Amino acid sequence: MMLSPRTGGLAALAFVVSLAPAFFPNAYFYDVAVNALFNAVVCVGLNLLIGYGGQISLGHAGFFALGAYGSAILTGTHGMSPLAALAVSAAAVGVLAFVVGRPILRLKGHYLAMATLGIGIIIHIVLKTESQITGGPDGIGVDPFTVLGLAVSGDKAWYWVGAGLLLFSVWTSLNLIDSPMGRALRAVHGSEVGAEVVGVDTGRYKVLVFTLSAVFASVVGSLFAHKNGFITPDIGSFFRSIELVTMVVLGGMASTFGAVVGAVILTLLPQMLASFEDYEAMVLGGIMMGTMIFMPKGLLPSLRAAFKRRRAAP
Amino acid sequence: MTLLRVENLSKEFGGVHAIEDLSFAINPGTIHSIIGPNGAGKTTLFNLITGVYTPTSGRILLDDHDIAGKKPFELARLGMSRTFQNLQVFFNMTALENVMVGHHLHLDRRFFPSLFRLPAIVRRDAEARAHCLELMEFVGIGRYADADANSMPYGALKRLEIARALAARPRLLLLDEPAAGLNATESREIDEVIKKVAATGVTVVLVEHDMKMVMGISDHILALDYGRKLAEGTPSEVRANDDVVAAYLGAH
Repeated sequence: MMLSPRTGGLAALAFVVSLAPAFFPNAYFYDVAVNALFNAVVCVGLNLLIGYGGQISLGHAGFFALGAYGSAILTGTHGMSPLAALAVSAAAVGVLAFVVGRPILRLKGHYLAMATLGIGIIIHIVLKTESQITGGPDGIGVDPFTVLGLAVSGDKAWYWVGAGLLLFSVWTSLNLIDSPMGRALRAVHGSEVGAEVVGVDTGRYKVLVFTLSAVFASVVGSLFAHKNGFITPDIGSFFRSIELVTMVVLGGMASTFGAVVGAVILTLLPQMLASFEDYEAMVLGGIMMGTMIFMPKGLLPSLRAAFKRRRAAP
Repeated sequence: MTLLRVENLSKEFGGVHAIEDLSFAINPGTIHSIIGPNGAGKTTLFNLITGVYTPTSGRILLDDHDIAGKKPFELARLGMSRTFQNLQVFFNMTALENVMVGHHLHLDRRFFPSLFRLPAIVRRDAEARAHCLELMEFVGIGRYADADANSMPYGALKRLEIARALAARPRLLLLDEPAAGLNATESREIDEVIKKVAATGVTVVLVEHDMKMVMGISDHILALDYGRKLAEGTPSEVRANDDVVAAYLGAH
């Protein structure tokens, strides 16, 4: 039976994430794997904005951090249930992204990059300086995640939460891309004026996808806070935002599975390169430069194209 | 009853009068051509009518409602669609997807049903796909349906833009140099497509340099020079106009 790329890819991803734990040599691997899954979910959302919508954000770690701090403060200081705190934080981040997105998404290219960078930096500074609420640079403790009295505890449990969330986000992302909304969004990337003259309100779509990707980041941020039990403002740093964009670009823009691959590789690579010790950062940088030079479309799209060529050859 | 009426329209770019005090009217169901030498203001006029530019002064009336200053996507909702002289194809998508974007306004665009791919979305998307394939056949590029837009030849991309514009089901279709860059055979094929479109009741306005095409298919011609109206009338009237001849061949 032939599966469509959507169902086939989704089935393959489900297969990989459910079998992967069998190959984990020790419990520490679960911790790394959960981070990889969380990053992958953020990147699936960010890829909708960057890869499909053709926009850029250098401030998404800020939305991630807001989700994390929202959950930490609402559950810790105000005694809200974790699930409600996650939802309230995500809604608040969505509103914030919508409000700031409307003026800044009129900007293009470098100017948009600068504006989103500004948002990220402002969020980072606020989290650092409002120490009465956020605990300042020293960070803040977070209660465990509980649903109806049951606590999600241990890296194994978090792995399955992350895996489920990733499958759900990939599924919805693939659905969206192949819907009238998704085509309009990709058309905005292709030609804004071309999309406008057939009735696409390009400004609305840009704000919508910006908001959606911010909500993705916020939800993952909330879960990350509960999983870690302790967060500092540096989870919203500029460097984190750049890291997220790099994952999307490395894996392959406008490819949902590419974003997943990029996130997983860039989460695992520093662990695997740990044996290089002092040279770790240089090797990592070298790999990233090499990928962009030889595979400018990103890992997955380039490999897919090479595979097609080989199959087409006699 | 006129479909589109332009009254005393002017557009300045930093002191340069691209369009100056221009008035004309377009009746429904006709093929209307706008001609003139390079730099006469034809494309500027298109950009003003379709909302890409905002007029400096004057009025543009669609069904007797002033539309000056409205955005292109708002005008698309009022039944206006266009193609571009310099292609504005979505090169990151397949040919069929390009046409399906044209059908945007007639599709289910609700967020949550799209996210969960509810049956209503799937069904209407399948219908849209079939309809857009028909449109691609109609303009003669059916064989490119699954091709990536960035792998298509220039002539096919010109038609792709026409198919995309038609997918929006416009009442008023503006074609900016549909035959530019095409050979004689291809131009005649575009002629046929335009005639077929007009026969379905769509009002067509085109900017074109191919005089054989313009004279052959137009009901009405507007000649521009330096942003002003030079002449207006049926093809034979315009052809006989001394000013038009002078503008094209140089005064003698």
